[in-house]
Amino acid sequence: MDAFAQLLDRLVLASARNAKLALMRDYFSVTRDPDRGLALAALTGDLSFSSVKPAMLRTLITERMDPVLFAYSYDYVGDLAETVSLAWQQREGSRPNDRDISLADAVERLSSASRSDGPRVLEDLLDRMEAPARFAIIKLVTGGLRVGVSTGLAKQALAEMGGVHVHEIEELWHGLTPPYGELFAWLEGTGEKPVSAARAMFRPVMLSTATDLAELANVDPSEYSAEWKWDGIRVQAVSESGTRRLYSRTGDDISGTFPDVLEAMDFDAALDGELLVGTPPDHTGSFSDLQQRLNRKSVSDKQLKAFPAFVRCYDLLQEADEDLRPLPFVERRKRLEAFIGALGSPRFDLSPLVPFGNWEELEGLRTAPPHPVIEGVMLKRHDSRYLPGRPRGPWFKWKRDPHTVDAVLMYAQRGHGKRSSFYSDYTFGVWTGDAGQPELVPVGKAYFGFTDEELKQIDKFVRDNTIDRYGPVRAVRAEPGHGLVIEVAFEGLARSTRHKSGVAMRFPRVSRLRWDKPPHEADRLETLQAMLD
Amino acid sequence: MGDFFVDPVRPVDRALITHGHADHARSGHAHVMATDDTLAIMALRYGEDFAGATQTAVLGERMEIGGVGVTFHPAGHVLGSAQIAVEQAGTRIVVSGDYKRQADPTCLPFEPIACDIFITEATFGLPVFRHPPAEEEVARLLKSVRQFPERAHLVGAYALGKAQRMIRLLRDAGYEEPIYIHGALAKLCDFYQQKGIDLGPLEPATVDRANKEGFAGAIVVGPPSAFADRWARRFPDPVSAFASGWMRIRQRAKQRGVELPLIVSDHSDWDELTATIHETGAGEVWVTHGREEALVRWCEIEGIKARPLHLVGYEDEGD
Repeated sequence: MDAFAQLLDRLVLASARNAKLALMRDYFSVTRDPDRGLALAALTGDLSFSSVKPAMLRTLITERMDPVLFAYSYDYVGDLAETVSLAWQQREGSRPNDRDISLADAVERLSSASRSDGPRVLEDLLDRMEAPARFAIIKLVTGGLRVGVSTGLAKQALAEMGGVHVHEIEELWHGLTPPYGELFAWLEGTGEKPVSAARAMFRPVMLSTATDLAELANVDPSEYSAEWKWDGIRVQAVSESGTRRLYSRTGDDISGTFPDVLEAMDFDAALDGELLVGTPPDHTGSFSDLQQRLNRKSVSDKQLKAFPAFVRCYDLLQEADEDLRPLPFVERRKRLEAFIGALGSPRFDLSPLVPFGNWEELEGLRTAPPHPVIEGVMLKRHDSRYLPGRPRGPWFKWKRDPHTVDAVLMYAQRGHGKRSSFYSDYTFGVWTGDAGQPELVPVGKAYFGFTDEELKQIDKFVRDNTIDRYGPVRAVRAEPGHGLVIEVAFEGLARSTRHKSGVAMRFPRVSRLRWDKPPHEADRLETLQAMLD
Repeated sequence: MGDFFVDPVRPVDRALITHGHADHARSGHAHVMATDDTLAIMALRYGEDFAGATQTAVLGERMEIGGVGVTFHPAGHVLGSAQIAVEQAGTRIVVSGDYKRQADPTCLPFEPIACDIFITEATFGLPVFRHPPAEEEVARLLKSVRQFPERAHLVGAYALGKAQRMIRLLRDAGYEEPIYIHGALAKLCDFYQQKGIDLGPLEPATVDRANKEGFAGAIVVGPPSAFADRWARRFPDPVSAFASGWMRIRQRAKQRGVELPLIVSDHSDWDELTATIHETGAGEVWVTHGREEALVRWCEIEGIKARPLHLVGYEDEGD
């Protein structure tokens, strides 16, 4: 349990992707089965217990600790799980004699406990552990480790540990169950590659590389088809012998969030497409409409009605028993058109091809797309097979130019790792209020888009212009006559009730530093509001 | 009583100093009494003329100041640290200064002194503070050094006491490589070495090793403030570690941008504070220097008379 607790503690404080990967790799390599598999399940959110509820924690601790001392402690620490794990007073005689109780033991005890003996089982476990392990156990039973590890990152760590490509893990993933003994045996070279027994498995997605007019000048337009790039989320809809699954592009199963799509998957095939909301072909909702449906465990009837989801299809990967991926794109496209035509479902429509003669003509179409939910064009070579990953050449994305806005730097936060002594995360704002007495309102945060040299310059500006400090954050001078203007590029703008400004940027980054521009010439909030759809 | 002050924050005529940390030991007093190590540390920090006159207190030896008996006893906090027992008319008061009960290879261990009134510090006076054995924390540091051989590990540690303790603990754990130190640590490390505390090979963490790979896999010890500073830029993709009792609280580590918190403290944790109060047998406890209210509450539950002493001028963030 100790090793798992240490892993969690390090993951939560490691901000660099590489550091997280190294920590997981090491843990998976030195930890034995089934502990490592259970840890993997915990990290990917596939481990849950119903016998213990968070509310019990407070009761358990105040049974054995003065409520006033507990209140002082909670007040100081601020987090219930952490307070309980730290202040827990082991019962006399239950000194952690089996301090090395394994993760598997703990999981076994918790999952076999009934609702009525759950609290006692938890209490007994906490008595046998030290503070870090107690914290890990409490996080496990209350759900949500929140250590900044996605399922995709965990899979990447597995791939690196075994020296295999992450696509191989993604493909197998949904046929595997905790504690993943077979998977680890294969990765360590002591077992055969598991055969996926799962139906409706995920197929690793084919991705495109970004391009521009300069690069395309050397590419023959007659070898490519173009289609619109829709601004939703890329999904794979797989239905096989009655098993239906909707996957994100990294292979996460998101079926539960989209019952309306799942219900319509009355076919035997694997489709690649863009998940959007609306009622095709007349209405396609914006990305902020789609956000109303994302990342939800359950979905209400109201949301289903207001924001019905559908898939705008790009490709057909499998039809009945036939794997279409080795076929050239044009062949697959014909099959896709026939398939969608025959299906006749309002939840599945076809992403239309965009006819064009040369790149300049396509450039014109790209910059003035017929629909606001289009974020550019996709180029697919006629002969391209469907390959996993991001091969360079067969598929290009040619995105619409980003929006930009001139904003004023307001706060800067110190970075981590290579940037740990640099102020590298910037909060910027635009002007609002009366023109005679304008005020800045924060509209976003950006932490990349600048060169190392620019980073040094901004860092110096921050240090020389600090007016206040809050831990690792500094407030900097930002006045109409003095401050730093940053040209911020972003992909889109959505209404937000969480931000004071009422707007939230998608994918903001620093595009240019405007040392030349006085802050009072930066943009006003009204400019951003006008961009809301 | 006796016309003297213990650890005064403003210049006075006669000061008794428990230990050399800057918030306890200030310069400019007319007369200073302290252990020889503490006097030497003050001279290192403030120059030889840090006080008008000095008098060495020998541990365990009773002295008289204005009709009051005064005895210094080891406090286990840092090299030279002492508690001060004051006796008059059959009543003994012990001023703990800062103290800890965990073993520390760089100073004498704390001795519990029976007394009537115990004035205790309470820096970590909350039941959430329980320091793990320092050896375990050092083992975690060494594990991380093995895990990330391409990165430098920057260990933030207070210049007096904590830094030398961390270095000595690393040596005890078998770490024999040179340890790089920030310039602010040099004089004090030399002093510890002179006092027979072997810190092994130390090298300055100078910018000359600017080919950054020079620090890959190295352990660098410096004052915590230096790591947020431009000074830290000479190190390759550093892992920032901080050796402090505060690192028990995850949010504290997050706020400071610490990637590897090391829970090593030169102060008593909750269990040490409560155990020590019992050991002194004191009928009355005055609590100062930290989270007074929780320890006062605990004394009340235990039936010990207690009150908070809200002193100004000490750093709440000590450690």
